[in-house]
Amino acid sequence: MVAASTRYILICSGKGGVGKTTLTANLGIALAKQGARTAVLDADFGLRNLDLLLGLENRIVFTAQEVLAETCRLEQALVKHKQEPNLALLPAGNPRMLEWLQPDDMRKIAAMLGERFDYVLIDAPAGIEGGFRNAMAAAREAIVVTTPEVSAVRDADRVIGLLNSEGVKPIQLVLNRVRPKMMANQEMLAVSDVTDILALPLLGLVLEDEQVIVSTNRGEPLTLNGNSSPAGRAYTNVARRLQGEEIPVIDPSKERQGLRAKLGRLMQTKIF
Amino acid sequence: MTLRDVIDKLLGRQPASANTAKQRLQLVLAHDRSDLNPELLQQMRREILEVVSRYVEIDFDEGDVTLETEDRVTALVANLPIRRAKLTVPTAAPEAALGTGLSS
Repeated sequence: MVAASTRYILICSGKGGVGKTTLTANLGIALAKQGARTAVLDADFGLRNLDLLLGLENRIVFTAQEVLAETCRLEQALVKHKQEPNLALLPAGNPRMLEWLQPDDMRKIAAMLGERFDYVLIDAPAGIEGGFRNAMAAAREAIVVTTPEVSAVRDADRVIGLLNSEGVKPIQLVLNRVRPKMMANQEMLAVSDVTDILALPLLGLVLEDEQVIVSTNRGEPLTLNGNSSPAGRAYTNVARRLQGEEIPVIDPSKERQGLRAKLGRLMQTKIF
Repeated sequence: MTLRDVIDKLLGRQPASANTAKQRLQLVLAHDRSDLNPELLQQMRREILEVVSRYVEIDFDEGDVTLETEDRVTALVANLPIRRAKLTVPTAAPEAALGTGLSS
C-alpha cells in the first residue's frame, strides 16, 4: 500500500551532465537533515553515479532487482547514509543486468518505498527513451534541471512535453550552473528567458560553483556539513521550498551592485 | 531593441549572444513541439498560399507563414498582405473552408 502522503519526485533533464545526480544527492541529504525520511532511487542503472556522489559506492550489495525477485528484503537493499540516517539509497539495478526493469516494476518498488519514506527522489537517466520512461512511471511530480544553454533548454522542453502527456505534475524548474556575470553582460540566457520559454515555476537557482566538484571528489554532498558555499545554500533552499517554505528565488544578475552592474542594467533597458 | 543593441550596431559589433540564443531556441522549440519539420512547413505554406490566392491577390514576397510559441502553445501564424480581391471568385472550391482557420 502506498502512503498517500509520500511524495514521489522525478529529477530529470533530458540532456546529460547538467546536474541531475548532483541535485538528487544534495536534495536528498538536505531533506533528510530537515527531518524528512528520504529515499533516493537511482533509476539510471546503466551508468549509475548517485552512490558515488553520496559516498556510498562501497556499501551496495543488493539492488531493487533483487528485491523484486524476492532474493532479498527491501531493508537489505536500502543503503543507509551513516551521517544522515534519515537518508537511504536504493539502486534500481546494476550495470551487468541484461534486462531493463519495466514500468510496472518501478511502480512496485515505489509503493514499497512509500511505506517507510516521506520523500522518494528518483534520479532519471539522461535521454527520453525506455530508461527515462521507466523512471517516470514511479513519479507523481517532477523537478526538471537545466542550465542556461540552448541544448539543455531544448532537451528540457522535450522532457516537459513527455511529463505533461503522462500527467506528472507539478513540474518545477531548477536552473543550474548560472553565471551571474555572463547573464549581466547578456552573454547567457536570462533567468526569465528560460522560465518563459519552458513555462515552469522556478524552484531553485544554483550558481556555477567549484565547490560542487570538490564535494563530488569527496563523496560528501555540499548540504551534508552545513557548507555555506553558494551552491550548497541553493540546494538547501530547494529542499526548504519543496517542504512548503516560502523563500524567494533571487536572480543574481539583478542583485549585483556597483557601477559596472548598474551600467550593464542600463544597457539592457529596452528603448524601442 | 536595447541600448546595448544600438551601440553594438553603431560600432558594427556582434550583438550580445543571449538574445540570439533566445530567438534560436524559440524557433527550434516551435518546430519540436509541433513535430513539423521545415520541409512540411514549406509544403503547407505553399498550399495555403495557393488556396488563398484563388480568392485574393497576395503579395508573395511579403507573405509569411510561421510557427510562433508562447506559454507552451504553438500557433500557426499567416501574415498575407492582400494586393486586391479577385473579381472572379472560383466556383465552389471545397478547400474554401481552410481559409477561415487563418488569422494573423
